[in-house]
Amino acid sequence: MDHKMSRSPWVIHYDGSSCNGCDIEVLASLTPLFDAERFGVVNTGNPKHADIFLVTGSVNAQNLPVVRQIYNQMLEPKCVVACGICACSGGVFRDAYNVIGGVDRAIPVDVYAPGCAIRPETVIDAIVEACGILDQKEAVLRAGGDPLTVGGAATWDGGVELGESGFVAAAEAGAGDAPAADGAVAAGGTSDEPAAAKEAE
Amino acid sequence: MAHRSVIPFGPQHPVLPEPLHLDLVIEDDRVLEAIPQIGFVHRGLEKLTEKRDMHQFGYIAERICGICAVGHSCGYASACERMLDIEVPGRVQYIRTILHELSRIHSHLLWLGLLADAFGFEALFYRSWTLREQILKIFESTCGGRVILSINEIGGLKHDIEDSELAGIVQTLDAMRPDYETLVHTFLDDASCGERLHGVGVISKKDALELSMVGPFGRASGVDYDVRMFGDGAYADLAAFEPIVATDGDCYARCQVRCAEVTQAMDIIKELVAKIPHDGIGERTKLTPADGARGEVVIEQPRGEAYYYVRGNGTKNLDRFRVRTPTSQNLAGLTHALQGVLIANVPMIILTIDPCISCTER
Repeated sequence: MDHKMSRSPWVIHYDGSSCNGCDIEVLASLTPLFDAERFGVVNTGNPKHADIFLVTGSVNAQNLPVVRQIYNQMLEPKCVVACGICACSGGVFRDAYNVIGGVDRAIPVDVYAPGCAIRPETVIDAIVEACGILDQKEAVLRAGGDPLTVGGAATWDGGVELGESGFVAAAEAGAGDAPAADGAVAAGGTSDEPAAAKEAE
Repeated sequence: MAHRSVIPFGPQHPVLPEPLHLDLVIEDDRVLEAIPQIGFVHRGLEKLTEKRDMHQFGYIAERICGICAVGHSCGYASACERMLDIEVPGRVQYIRTILHELSRIHSHLLWLGLLADAFGFEALFYRSWTLREQILKIFESTCGGRVILSINEIGGLKHDIEDSELAGIVQTLDAMRPDYETLVHTFLDDASCGERLHGVGVISKKDALELSMVGPFGRASGVDYDVRMFGDGAYADLAAFEPIVATDGDCYARCQVRCAEVTQAMDIIKELVAKIPHDGIGERTKLTPADGARGEVVIEQPRGEAYYYVRGNGTKNLDRFRVRTPTSQNLAGLTHALQGVLIANVPMIILTIDPCISCTER
């Protein structure tokens, strides 16, 4: 049977340090006027259920472990969409002292969707593009390959790691011995943040 | 034998689009204590005044929060204008106020939708957000952006909004009213909504005053305080303004207050559009603040009182920019409201304060 993940991609949304502008636009893209649900897109709160990770806003020291933890909890194949210019590069806040940079400083990003604030049309466009990558990853996975060789993970530089004097590029921290794509996996166990996906309800 | 445990809530939680972390100390199903932890959205934008000049910083100030963006840019611009002793034309004040009230409508409709989502009424969530899109359409047709409008400059507006467009805004709002009334009817009169909202997360007026609660959260507990009643700027020309107050202090009262504030905002816009003067839209100032010059402004954001402070140091960069936002005032009220409630009601109570974390942490 012709099976494709992209027929109903479930998304999880996390607000890095966004100003809310992109968050409400991500939510707006799921409501009836823009209606991403017509592509089978369902918003979920559980990382284990999700296929596409929508991150808004830049990363900082406090939320970097949370972003990594949600990413690591998601099952392969998975895609990451950086929603909005802050998530792509840090945007207007990239010079602020508490901003490390775009989401690709924490996890590999597959689709960069710019805009300040991102428009719902761009969100849907990015989700559709991510669906294509999702299908490629699934095909690789089914053939027994490594899904990290597809999409953003293939060329990811490892982002940043916590060094002795703050965050430094992972390539410097790991002295170049670990393959770049394993950066996120290596950081997974070190997080002491409370379980991100716990729902009180 | 009751067993105590701690449940982490957030930072990633479906009920809130924003990261707020709470440690909930619970005994069986009752919350004994809620310990908030913030800092996930802190960007340090107040310090960016050292790198961006006064005019560039307007764009940063607007991006404190994407929901109350209009209010933040108005607050920043008027604080700078006071620092520089500039009198802006009446039309500028009117248009700023009209856009600010429109953003109040969009913010409250957004909140109503999230509230419906929090108590599991998905259809109502969609109805509220569909209605809200009409306000965003107004923003897009008049200013070009849906969320971030960037219309304010220090000293005036970047572009005018024509009288015909203003008349169109009033028309759209009038056309929205019947739909909006049906929506409010469901929120306030539907039995299942009422059961979720009545008597949940009660805060008395005495506690509200002691915890310095502001905005609709405080007004729902009977705190008769709304910055707009001091008649600053265009609000001075309103025939009458009464803050909307409820006395029950529960989730239902908070819903009631916000529902009524949307109608109030529609009335304000209608009145201001009818009275709008035609004295130009000002222009971007070329002045540099004197060393030690200060400007302060207090405005009523959708979430409550917000305070803006700017201080110059004789250069084009500001010496200090400071905001005190409503949610940082209301977090104390939130932890108070969470004491003794059922764990199943926690997401909804958190939502009823309408937390804006990116305002709080900046």
